[in-house]
Amino acid sequence: MSEYITHDQSGRSVGIVEKQFFTFAHPPNEMPLDSGARLGPITLAYETYGTLNPDCSNVVLVLHALTGDSHAAGYYSKDDDKPGWWENMIGPGKGIDTDHYFVVCSNVLGGCMGSTGPCAVNPQTGMPYGMDFPFVTIGDMVRAQKALMEHLGIDRILCLIGGSMGGMQVLQWCVQYPENVCSAIALATTMRHSALSIAFNEVARQAIAADPNWNQGDYYGKKQPDVGLSVARMIGHITYLSDEAMRRKFGRRLQDKEDFSYQFDVDFQVESYLRHQGAKFVERFDANSFLYITKAADYFDLTRFRRADSPVTVFSASRAKFMVVSFTSDWLYPTYQSREMVQAMKKSGRDVSFCEIEAEWGHDAFLLPNQRLTNLVRGFIDSVYEDTGKQAAL
Amino acid sequence: MKIPENKLRFDLQVIAAWITPGSRVIGLGCGEGELLAYLKNRKQVRETGIELVEEKVVRCIEKGLSVIQGDINQEVHDYPAGAFDYVILSQTLQQVYDPLTLIHSMLRIGKQAIVSFPNFGHWHVRLQGLFTGHAPVTPQLPYQWYDTPNIRILSIRDFRAFAREMGFTIQKEVAINTDKQDKSGRIVAALPNLRATYGIFLISRKKDRLWEPTT
Repeated sequence: MSEYITHDQSGRSVGIVEKQFFTFAHPPNEMPLDSGARLGPITLAYETYGTLNPDCSNVVLVLHALTGDSHAAGYYSKDDDKPGWWENMIGPGKGIDTDHYFVVCSNVLGGCMGSTGPCAVNPQTGMPYGMDFPFVTIGDMVRAQKALMEHLGIDRILCLIGGSMGGMQVLQWCVQYPENVCSAIALATTMRHSALSIAFNEVARQAIAADPNWNQGDYYGKKQPDVGLSVARMIGHITYLSDEAMRRKFGRRLQDKEDFSYQFDVDFQVESYLRHQGAKFVERFDANSFLYITKAADYFDLTRFRRADSPVTVFSASRAKFMVVSFTSDWLYPTYQSREMVQAMKKSGRDVSFCEIEAEWGHDAFLLPNQRLTNLVRGFIDSVYEDTGKQAAL
Repeated sequence: MKIPENKLRFDLQVIAAWITPGSRVIGLGCGEGELLAYLKNRKQVRETGIELVEEKVVRCIEKGLSVIQGDINQEVHDYPAGAFDYVILSQTLQQVYDPLTLIHSMLRIGKQAIVSFPNFGHWHVRLQGLFTGHAPVTPQLPYQWYDTPNIRILSIRDFRAFAREMGFTIQKEVAINTDKQDKSGRIVAALPNLRATYGIFLISRKKDRLWEPTT
């Protein structure tokens, strides 16, 4: 996920919000993981916006992308100049209207924004887990979110929504807990990583591992592998844009100079931009967390869920009404991958809508203000809400 | 036939009247979804649409309809046989490159299909060609020869012959004449191929004959 910060476009902000925490799976009742390991206690950081209906029928669960967090909307204080990552979509009168819906967003298991991950203290050693942290999968992340939902007293989710790795969690939720999901919106995502996506993640991981400060993951309280993590972020950032987006944004323009320096300094604007993004990222993200989460994304393969023989079988297990959205210039998860997903949903008899939005900003388009996306999201969620009301009245 | 008073385009009113409440309906080339929205709200159908144009797809989803953006010729393949009660192809047949294959697909995924098209046999079209020597331009076929999306010009009589030759059954047939805005109209009983601006057909597979392409 990228570094976009968008202030109010339409509607209002949810205002001041507070990060909350939920801890569960205390020993000896640790949560079983897909790898076979067990993990506990687990803490998830989460935020909520809007008001829960008495019958809990208006829940929208927002699932974040690779390096996102629970802070999807609003501000932490009056002086906070940086709103949550989806400020343009979530709020009163916005696409996900908090006047009507109760929105929940949690930080993923394995993260570093308040949820249990490799930088958390291992209760057995009193030291950060580091590389002793067990491998987690998208399925494990969803399992932890399910525990959070139960804690909040929510049995049925009106709509799941997420982009990129958030979209993977959306799909996973629908097949792992079909009885608990009414509808789902999967944006700029895929049923499984292509070789291209795995390749980029592997290069990013290698950059971290090659940093001498990484020290096999044991760097807490010492010098951090900032260079490696920064390079990893730069690689990621390239995949979030597109040829066209980079050409428009930077071209071959030089940064604060008239001519080449004939040094390995920053000459081009695009170099400056990437370095800046890399430097900003190391201030907020943990290198080990990056390793674990990218691996979870690479392992994700919905088509193999519970050893199913085809994606059609996988979606047959779900009950949700789907909306799939792709973006024309997304080369990380191109439209053909969304179409494969839609095809499997159709063949399995699911109610599905699909739209490919013309957007020139590459994979990151789902995070940027886009009236068409807003209209799609609003129309879809409202219609599902209306339909569930009708069903309840029958 | 009693047609309800509403804002729906007249030809769509005729189609809507044929649909059984609560059925499963797919609209191919559904545009902004006015017919599907009507059927969903008034007849409680379970609806799906296929539409190529992004902006129109967004309009449909805003209305709460389930619509997939894509090419109808491709998208029909993914549905299981008999997935729908009705497959509607409203005023699109004349733009389809391979009508026979598409109609075959429609009768595979649906129990019945509804096909409507502007009638090229209308007297107005005939006279224009005869007297002006130009390719006809009418309210129903409002394009010049160089910018028309209509690559198949057909008449009501042509479609009947097509059904006979290709072996599908015409269960219902209505010819209509509409006003310029297409909002109101009437059913043409006498000399429909000469006097009607649109033909609307309800077709099904012939029960006694396996209707499959030979390829």
